[in-house]
Amino acid sequence: MGYPHKSHPRETPVLSKHFGDPAARTLDGWKARGGYKALQQALAMEPTAIVDAVKASGLRGRGGAGFPTGLKWSFMKIGDGKPHYLCCNADESEPGTFKDREIMRWTPHALIEGCAIGAYAIGAETAYIYVRGEFIEPIKRLEDALAEARAAGIIGDNAMGSGKKIDVWVHRGAGAYICGEETALMNSLEGKRGNPRIKPPFPAVNGLFGQPTTINNVETLAAIPHILNNGAEWYKAMCLSSPKSNGSKLYSVCGNVSRPGNYEVVMGFSFKEFLYDLCGGPLPGRKFKALIPGGSSVPVITSEEADTVKMDYEGFMEVGTMLGSGGVIIFDDAQSMPRQLARLARFYAHESCAQCTQCREGTAWMTKILERIVAGQGTYEDLDTIFDLAENMTGKTICVLSDSCAAPVTSGINKFRGEFEALIKGKRSSTVAVGV
Amino acid sequence: MSHGPSAPAHAAPAHHDHAPYAPVFTPGSARSNELADLITRYPDQRAALLPALWMVQEDRGWISDDAMREVGDQLGCTAAYVKGVVTFYTMYHQHPVGQHFIQVCTTSPCLCAGADDVVKAFLEHTGCKELGLTSPDGKYTVIEVECLGACGFATPVQINDEYVESVSPARVPEILANLK
Repeated sequence: MGYPHKSHPRETPVLSKHFGDPAARTLDGWKARGGYKALQQALAMEPTAIVDAVKASGLRGRGGAGFPTGLKWSFMKIGDGKPHYLCCNADESEPGTFKDREIMRWTPHALIEGCAIGAYAIGAETAYIYVRGEFIEPIKRLEDALAEARAAGIIGDNAMGSGKKIDVWVHRGAGAYICGEETALMNSLEGKRGNPRIKPPFPAVNGLFGQPTTINNVETLAAIPHILNNGAEWYKAMCLSSPKSNGSKLYSVCGNVSRPGNYEVVMGFSFKEFLYDLCGGPLPGRKFKALIPGGSSVPVITSEEADTVKMDYEGFMEVGTMLGSGGVIIFDDAQSMPRQLARLARFYAHESCAQCTQCREGTAWMTKILERIVAGQGTYEDLDTIFDLAENMTGKTICVLSDSCAAPVTSGINKFRGEFEALIKGKRSSTVAVGV
Repeated sequence: MSHGPSAPAHAAPAHHDHAPYAPVFTPGSARSNELADLITRYPDQRAALLPALWMVQEDRGWISDDAMREVGDQLGCTAAYVKGVVTFYTMYHQHPVGQHFIQVCTTSPCLCAGADDVVKAFLEHTGCKELGLTSPDGKYTVIEVECLGACGFATPVQINDEYVESVSPARVPEILANLK
């Protein structure tokens, strides 16, 4: 299958295998596709054995940071007498990213199974799936699937007859990008404003309701059943490049491209072939100009730089950017980079929780200055001011929202300075690309 | 931070003899039972705050100061605390909005696809003069929204609970005509 396109022959559909197939949404349909075998197997294992298997698979967090999942789970001390919690981060709000939405819409049981296994592995009896408030259809799919799983005794007080209690609940957000930051998510789930918390203490020590907590992304948890079913070695072997990046990864591709959509390839796939073969290349008569490969928070790269990349955590870092969430935003030669970056800065200014001065003021001023340049009212000094602001916005705040605003803006100016200077020199506003 | 729709400019001036507030969570009501059931999912009843606010908004269309006080009473927190939470999140309406609440995504990937023109088309065809204002017939409110997480289907528009994907300005009249 595949959605919105049929899977390309060069894709490796593991998580996306049943995208576009409504029959996979029901419990019967999911079981017919091998569902809940991994949970059954997991409930007969020691939790530490599951953690070891996930460690051995090489799975790293798919939400953006790429932290090794098995290692994160190992921070939870089983038998410490405290209630443990698993939070699934389904607050997918990073511009350019729309993969978790498809996992929840098409294969809700895959996520529930991953949550149940994860909860058991970290000694938790309760897992909460925190879904962004706008995702009403995905929430409905999850609620329907949870009701079926509960009625069938797959989750609940005696999960699959194991004697273990595992509850999974959906918790709906209400519109706040920052709640995708793990400590903000916990505050929001507790019924508070979604302000990030200072770390340490880290969630594994003092998380949700003050108890040891693990937070994993939707895609990370959905991969867990496959790892148990097929073995850690099978997962680890899905790698064409760096031994530190393993498995399949979903990429959401959007912007100025022939076939936007979700694609799943193994780690280390050639970015050039991905863009021109799988995604169909640029729109007719256009050329790719710039890309933000990992969701809007990572540095901008040029299409020339993109051509050399092997798609894995290390490969994107080699060209100074990040794999991030796998949200690939493509700008072609008809787009004005100053205008696009000004809009992106406005996103961060809107979404800042306003706790930290550097972020509240920095994102707002960066937006004002960029919009001034786009309107043809900029000066050369403005560019210096932006870099000065960016320095104060990086590494100085409770969370990385302000860093995430500074990174695409400064890299965008460094790589497309000519477009900014042309606007400043010509003092004319721009909605389309100007001479570089 | 919340930047939701503003109070409709054409709204009648606030009248001071307004009817007494009718609670949502009347003892024994379905909503009251639903909330009681929901609270059992969490070790702290305050965690049911966002879900409780959703119930109010589903029933009333928006969240008034009186409703905030009621929710606070239900969950053991002050009205001021509840207001602090309501104002943090963009999706809670602090004023009545049109029957069809139209949110057009204009963040970068959608901007590339021409989302600005989609916004203009909605404003023009709904009769809403400005973003955030409700049309004179009370049917529509149009706002720009930050990333809806459907960037591959640019431009996505959320109308009440539904996503409409791959919206172009040309499709806007037909989309509006199909709204019930």
